[in-house]
Amino acid sequence: MLIPHPLLGLRDAQEFTYLGDARLIDRPDGMAEGAEAAFAEYVYLRDNPAGVHRELWFHEQGDRSWLIVTRDTVTHEILGAELARNVALAANGGEA
Amino acid sequence: MTRLSGGLIDRSRSLNFTFDGRKLAGHPGDTLASALLANDVRLMGRSFKYHRPRGLIAAGSEEPNALVELRGGARQEPNTRATVAELFDGLDARSQNRIGSLRFDLLGVNDLLSPFFAAGFYYKTFMWPKAFWEKLYEPAIRRAAGLGSLSMQADPDPYDKGFLHCDLLVIGGGAAGLAAAQAAARSGARVILADEDFRLGGRLLAETHLLDDAPAAGWVSGVEEELASLPNLRIMRRTTVFGAFDHGIYGAVERVADHLPEPGDKPRQTLWRITAKRAILAAGAVERHIPFANNDRPGIMLAGAMRAFANRWAVSPAARVAIFTNNDDGHRTAIDLAAKGVDIAGVIDSRDNVTTMGSYPIFAGGVVSDAKGRLGLTKIEVTQNGRSQWIECGALGVSGGWNPNLHLASHHRGRPVWDEALQSFVPAKDGPPGLIVAGAANGQGSTAAALRSGAEAAVQALGELGITGALPDLPQAEDVVSKPHALWHVPGKGRAWVDFQNDVTVKDIKLAHQENMRPVEHLKRWTTLGMATDQGKTANVTALAIMSELTGKPIPETGTTIFRPPYSGVSLSVLGGGNTAGHFRPRRLTPTHHWAEAQGAVFVEVGPWMRAQYFPRPGETHWRQTVDREVLATREGVGICDVTTLGKVDVQGADAGEFLNRLYCNGMKTLKTGMVRYGLMLREDGIAWDDGTCARLAEDHYVVTTTTAQAGPVYRHMEFARQCLWPEMDVQLISTTDAWAQVSVAGPNARRLLERIVDEGVDISNEAFPFMACKGLTICGGLRARLFRISFSGELAYEVAVPTRYGNALMQRLIEIGADLGATPYGTEALGALRIEKGHAAGNELNGQTSPQMLGMGRMVSTKKDSIGAVMSRREGLAADTRRLVGLQPVDSAQPVLAGMHLFTDSAAQNTETDQGWITSACYSPHVGSAIGLGFLARGDERMGEVITGANPLDQQQVALRVVSPHFVDPDGGRLRD
Repeated sequence: MLIPHPLLGLRDAQEFTYLGDARLIDRPDGMAEGAEAAFAEYVYLRDNPAGVHRELWFHEQGDRSWLIVTRDTVTHEILGAELARNVALAANGGEA
Repeated sequence: MTRLSGGLIDRSRSLNFTFDGRKLAGHPGDTLASALLANDVRLMGRSFKYHRPRGLIAAGSEEPNALVELRGGARQEPNTRATVAELFDGLDARSQNRIGSLRFDLLGVNDLLSPFFAAGFYYKTFMWPKAFWEKLYEPAIRRAAGLGSLSMQADPDPYDKGFLHCDLLVIGGGAAGLAAAQAAARSGARVILADEDFRLGGRLLAETHLLDDAPAAGWVSGVEEELASLPNLRIMRRTTVFGAFDHGIYGAVERVADHLPEPGDKPRQTLWRITAKRAILAAGAVERHIPFANNDRPGIMLAGAMRAFANRWAVSPAARVAIFTNNDDGHRTAIDLAAKGVDIAGVIDSRDNVTTMGSYPIFAGGVVSDAKGRLGLTKIEVTQNGRSQWIECGALGVSGGWNPNLHLASHHRGRPVWDEALQSFVPAKDGPPGLIVAGAANGQGSTAAALRSGAEAAVQALGELGITGALPDLPQAEDVVSKPHALWHVPGKGRAWVDFQNDVTVKDIKLAHQENMRPVEHLKRWTTLGMATDQGKTANVTALAIMSELTGKPIPETGTTIFRPPYSGVSLSVLGGGNTAGHFRPRRLTPTHHWAEAQGAVFVEVGPWMRAQYFPRPGETHWRQTVDREVLATREGVGICDVTTLGKVDVQGADAGEFLNRLYCNGMKTLKTGMVRYGLMLREDGIAWDDGTCARLAEDHYVVTTTTAQAGPVYRHMEFARQCLWPEMDVQLISTTDAWAQVSVAGPNARRLLERIVDEGVDISNEAFPFMACKGLTICGGLRARLFRISFSGELAYEVAVPTRYGNALMQRLIEIGADLGATPYGTEALGALRIEKGHAAGNELNGQTSPQMLGMGRMVSTKKDSIGAVMSRREGLAADTRRLVGLQPVDSAQPVLAGMHLFTDSAAQNTETDQGWITSACYSPHVGSAIGLGFLARGDERMGEVITGANPLDQQQVALRVVSPHFVDPDGGRLRD
């Protein structure tokens, strides 16, 4: 597989380490009310779609960027890749 | 049989080889198969199940029968198809799957027992009694049914891996592939042309067709010459593209030196990973046979193969041959062989109203219904208009039509579609993106159509890439489309083989149908059809058609077979690609490795690292003597150990403290500059994950350590936290594991030793540099270093870090100048014993199943802040676990303590319900004078002094153990602070 790194272009998937569902970037606040239930869901529950899936890949043998790769789990077609940091910043209301 | 005229063999030279010990000769250009035929060898193997005598069926990589063992000694190689083994001088080949000789195989008795071996026999016959399976049935089946044997020695040859990139990959070098490569190469695109054969041309070499009124071989040479002159095209002969993977990546095996006795300085084979923007599959087609009674007699082969042997290799399997066909193509074999002087006994054509296309006898509307000649065909029974007659012939060519070689087109689960006119499956349009199928592989089987479709495919593929290509002037060629008459098998009483390699007959398919194993996937598993090395290349479609006949449903509704990689067998050696033994993975050496080697150290693998395990001295005869000495020398004098392998991460930025606060379960933000703190990291599910130290070198600068094993994963996790969880923080990370050599200096004399190397003006007295202090300093006259006063052993101890290239020199210097202080190098064994004596947790305790509470660190998890894993570490399930880390000491000091022992209340029944915990680490403690252990014990913290049982049921060991504090040495920690 080839992954279109937003900074480095097409890179072989062998350079990356896979983590999983991109929702892992939405970590609950451990000090908030009801944190235990929120964490139980965060840690253990994942969607496992047959189709489009956003997932985290780490460019371990490269520039050490975490990417969010959008991949079709049925065809393995890669529909896009973004820097996870930019996505997280945008989600937190910061600047990408 | 002597050679025929013509052919693409070099008659000026002879190559000597042996088959089953017989000395034979062939010529350059021969395969083992053609050379054997030229020496009148028709019998080449025994079948898988029934041990029926078998000859070859095909001339290419689809061959199911003629599997042989090549070479000897460690190079012995089983299951090579004789049809693809290129002949070389000195080749030693043997038939396989026989007991006794090939002509008289003792297991031929299986053939008489065939009623017991019908479809599903594995599932039916060997079921009872159950105990017989392992002892009797399985060994017997393995002995009797099988393929070749392994040498049981390591493969002595080198293998390699490589990467290639191109605009266009052309798979197959026949008419379509050559035309495609020529069109593409002329456009300037980067092109790879791969073909599994050692000679380009594909089917053109096997035919007598004319291109522009000249033999095709001339045109092939012309194209080959042009392609060889173009720098943008790479020709890869002997290269099988075996799989189409994601995103235009193709796997290929180049048999670099299979055709040489020994590879010399070349790799034997190379595994290529080809990234192609576009690809053209021009793999041609495989002919199918027509099953009839006893159609597996040696000498019965595919008509196209018989023609290939005659035209390319100038051999005929017999002086008198017959042809059985359901289409025009079979007649070509008769015409070509007749032209070379072979006696044609007749062409049996299942179609009515056909006439001879030459001067051979024709049996229109006839079929071959039986064959005789156990070790080699002698006669065939021809049935025509209800009358049968026996005709003598030494070989029979069978042509049942051609199946496009579309395997790679279905590697992404693309389902082939049925073409009624061609009576075959053709590739669907849903193949791998970027792959175009051309030529006979796409059902365009005439030479003219193949040339045209290849060139057009190339122009189309390049057009998609924005490269303009032009159709080359293609030669005039035959354009006859041979459409077969639907005849899938000849009904009759005898056994008619469908899948030769797995001994599957028409009857087996009927039985599968009766037993309701009708879907094609069930059929395959029930009968073993289409399995093993050939994956049913000559059998699958025929079997499907027979099943369709039985169910009364048309073929497309009966099912289709799809294919998975690899197209043909790929050896494990080449998949390893040279990554064997010491090259299996990177091997990392510590900075003091060469010094340790010179000291005679024994090394141990720790992850990718080689670490000194212990340093034996003259006179020490057992490793324990050495380790005990190293432990005592450290506790009494000073011990020195290379701890460079611990992971080190440099953390800098205004938010560095806050960042580490969230990563470690205990607080790091409050750590004073110039101090170190132990840190425990949890997984988000609350389980203890990794530990190490955090040293704060400046307000905005920390250096943290990880365990050796988790250095990579912890760094990855830290980057995840930085980039994905808290991207707004001002913090930067870099792994400095490789930048700093780190040496532990431990023992009562540690400070006195270090005082001798620190530069003037550096005060490391207990007051100026207390326990858990850290600082940057210079040593040995200006060498930049970092000093940490931390202890894993429980002694007064320091870790000194210097730039990696000085690590070896530092070690030497410490040992030299510390001789009078008892400076002693110690290895990982003593390191382990020292930390077990002190009760420090390590990898055995942090095994992914233990919570901070179990480690006795529950209170370390701060409730005043959020950190990774903190919330989940307090969940009910973990809180309810009462097991705690304890020390364990045998009541009888002569008794052993073993890691992995399970703990039980004395005299209780021992089972999972009564299990109280387990021992994680154990060693002999020179300090205590007996074996000791660390372990997790239910309510362990409340049971000091109790005697329990450590059980090792594997060796029937039961040891009485006293529960003690895990701190066997200096429980108050006075030594550390001294």
